[in-house]
Amino acid sequence: MANPVDAASNPGQAAPRPPAMPTRRNTELLLLAFAALLVTIANVLVEANQEQELTSQLLYNGVAFLALFGIAHLAVRKWAPYADPLILPFAALLNGIGLIMIHRIDLARIAAAPERNALVNRQIGWMVVSIVLFVLVLAFVRDHRMMARFGYTCGFVGLFALALPGFLPYSISGAGGAKIWIRIGGAGIQPGEFAKILLLIFFASFLVSKRDLFTVAGRRFLGMEFPRMRDMAPMLLAWAASVGVLVFERDLGTSLLFFGLVLVMIYIATERASWVVIGLSLFAAGCVIAYPLFNHLRVRVLNFLDPLGRLDASDGDSYQLVQSLFGLGTGGIFGTGLGGGRPTLIPAAETDFIISAIGEEIGFVGVAAVLLLYLLLVMRGLRTALAVRDSFGKLMASGLAFIIGLQVFIVVGGATRLIPSTGITAPFLSYGGSSLLANYILIALLLLISDAARRPPPPSKPKPKQAPIAEAHTEMVARPT
Amino acid sequence: MNTPIRRVALTVMLMIVALLANLTYIQVIWSDELRAHPRNSRTLTEELARQRGDIIVGNEAVATVVETGDNVYPYQRTYPDGPVYAPITGYYSPAGRTGLERAEDPVLNGSDDRLFVRRLSDLITGRDARGGMVELTINRRMQETAYQMMTDQGLTGSVVAIEPDTGRILTMVSTPTFDPNDLATLDSEARSEAITRLEEDEGRPLHNRAISETQPPGSTFKLLVTAAALENGYTADSAVNPASSIQLPGTNTMLPNFNNNDCGNGRNATLLQAVEESCNVPFGELADELGPEVLQEKAEALGFSDPDLEIPMTVASSELGPMSDRPATFQTGIGQRDVRVTPLQNAMMVATIANEGTRMQPHVVSTIRSPELDELDQTRPDEVEDAMSPQVAQSLTEMMIAAEAHAGGEGQIPGVTIASKTGTAQWGVDPNATNPHAWYVAFAPAEDPQVAVAVLVEAGGNVGQGATGGRVAAPIGRAVIGAGLGGG
Repeated sequence: MANPVDAASNPGQAAPRPPAMPTRRNTELLLLAFAALLVTIANVLVEANQEQELTSQLLYNGVAFLALFGIAHLAVRKWAPYADPLILPFAALLNGIGLIMIHRIDLARIAAAPERNALVNRQIGWMVVSIVLFVLVLAFVRDHRMMARFGYTCGFVGLFALALPGFLPYSISGAGGAKIWIRIGGAGIQPGEFAKILLLIFFASFLVSKRDLFTVAGRRFLGMEFPRMRDMAPMLLAWAASVGVLVFERDLGTSLLFFGLVLVMIYIATERASWVVIGLSLFAAGCVIAYPLFNHLRVRVLNFLDPLGRLDASDGDSYQLVQSLFGLGTGGIFGTGLGGGRPTLIPAAETDFIISAIGEEIGFVGVAAVLLLYLLLVMRGLRTALAVRDSFGKLMASGLAFIIGLQVFIVVGGATRLIPSTGITAPFLSYGGSSLLANYILIALLLLISDAARRPPPPSKPKPKQAPIAEAHTEMVARPT
Repeated sequence: MNTPIRRVALTVMLMIVALLANLTYIQVIWSDELRAHPRNSRTLTEELARQRGDIIVGNEAVATVVETGDNVYPYQRTYPDGPVYAPITGYYSPAGRTGLERAEDPVLNGSDDRLFVRRLSDLITGRDARGGMVELTINRRMQETAYQMMTDQGLTGSVVAIEPDTGRILTMVSTPTFDPNDLATLDSEARSEAITRLEEDEGRPLHNRAISETQPPGSTFKLLVTAAALENGYTADSAVNPASSIQLPGTNTMLPNFNNNDCGNGRNATLLQAVEESCNVPFGELADELGPEVLQEKAEALGFSDPDLEIPMTVASSELGPMSDRPATFQTGIGQRDVRVTPLQNAMMVATIANEGTRMQPHVVSTIRSPELDELDQTRPDEVEDAMSPQVAQSLTEMMIAAEAHAGGEGQIPGVTIASKTGTAQWGVDPNATNPHAWYVAFAPAEDPQVAVAVLVEAGGNVGQGATGGRVAAPIGRAVIGAGLGGG
């Protein structure tokens, strides 16, 4: 069987018997070491600029980083040896940059109030748990296709997790107006972070099994074929769930994220632009209906339209957004230098607005680098989707990759006033256990799919003379003549 | 399914590009505005964390910083002789800045281009950036003398002294004054209390009377009219109207001399005597004869009507007023009606006479220095205009020597010939019931002028209705001249 993904690395292999496929695991190790080096240098800069002595924290952060990703790397070597070598290093570097920023914000916060706990140690704790989960997913899932069998289970659990905080009292589920937590005692998780992956699995399996239904032609209108009304149930359900999240949990970000994900997955499954049109129309309708009804939504929009004019607005001021803009503006092109800015002036700088803290200290150049890292991560994910052979894998991989991109767009766009701001975390960067756990599970799944995509076939299987046209996926598909 | 996946990839790319474009707008184009926004405490905190440069007078700082030991605000601005130099330094506080603290802010905070190389080396060596030093032209002894003279008697007013041949400002005092330390404090409560107190003070201590406020110049203005007359055919010996008063044309208003005195011997008088005795009638008539255009032209040659004058603080523009009819021109001739001058403008006028008619650009900053006191820039004497011929200036000087002999008051300096002119300016809604402003403009030594000075004591000083320029203002001017000449 041909290996389209790495065909270029084996030119001239006319092969009844394919050679050992390069696993590129050493590339991954090298990149991980490079990420660790960058993170350590950045850490030294932070400490130097904060006029701290180089503390043991530095060593702790560096060693923890290397050890954790060493373990993750070994797990990938063992259970997903052919996985894309870039995905894990990208996630690691983003995680490392986040760690630096959280440590940096810690230093400023502790300087102002010495009794505060260092968040960075808790974040490292979450990283440990995340990597453990990452390894477990790799070890137990092994083949992503088995997940299709649990589609409905995932769907129910996901929907339940998504909806649960909305039904809990505010004292358990609320924070900053939104009801997205489940907190018992000191610990808390945001079930929405996990729900997005569970629902993604459900949608992938559901769409694959019912794909034909959605492609049945309905009416033609404006040059596009629209689906029949009765086939639109999943879309309407997603819409209703999103509106529900918006209304009952006041979580604009998750609502947007969830709806965008469903829209894109339906589009990929059906290959029909009409679904996008329908989805966006529904979204627009939802906005128009919700805007006058919900004050928290209106305040976000007003603050987005005129942040500087609403610094003292009584119905919910734009302080946070303006501080974010001030931070970004003060940072300018090259930033104030790591440890040289005042990111603690932005409320929630370590979670939703961490990108602004990064923008203040390493400037436009730094934020651009971080955004490009995200873009590369998403592109590797989508490339996996292109390369994998089964429809379920394709849908899963593209969903997993797209959700990272969409989440980045929502959170960064919100913090930089491209769109109204919403409470949502930046994948890998932000402080927060649920987000980190969910995103490492996401990466583990993506690695499994890419392993499947790049794994050479078992040698026993006789090779067909010519690869079916449907498998020549990385090249332009030539029309059969 | 690959085509939609590719389109999704393109969509994600576009989303990231949109984020980058938006960030470019914020961090590159909008950034200056965001950085300078009054609510952006980052910029201010950053500035407060930097070591601001000193303002130096005679090798000693009049504005410097002390280390607080605090992390966020490691330095605090402090003014060793606060009230004495407050009209020049202004104040620097987290809430705002005035005076030189504002005018030379880029140098003091280190952002000025002249400090660029220095900043670069700081960046490389990792030293904390420091601001540059501003060295002033002020003469410490003169400044302190003027300050003492004004405050000892609790006078409201201003003293300005200029070095005639360079335009260097040697003295700039404005009283009542304030202590900039009260406003530079990092204790925001104490600061806002001080601000409120100073802003509500009826003596308006935050106003720099030397440059920010204009007042009627009274008889000191006669020097300007005389200069115009000398250039239009008059000499010191030309005959002028000796009458004790005249009726202003077309009105019932009388223009009397001071105390209704005759001029000269009452039958005939010369221009010299008119200046010496400060007769009003001849100057009313001279102004009428010369006409508004000539007066305006002469005034502009001497620095009037220049709204862009900076020393580098902005100076209020001195104006003649409209002179819309002949009575107005008569009254303008004696420095009343709508004539308004700053003490600095009056000092510039006598400095120009002392400098043989060449007007020099006044300035208070002598040298810009690096934090290590290396010279980065020096203000060179700048000739602005030949306001009058040397002959006219010489003639005026002789008249002023005579006027000084006639002026009376205390404080004459033995062995030094002073050329001066006093003024007693009426003002207010009911001029006869309001205590007059007392003026004294002078330079010395008359034969080789080193110092030109203008003194304004507002509202009668401590003498009240009987105040005259000679009695109230002249002793202060002479003391400042004495301090200047004695100090070499």
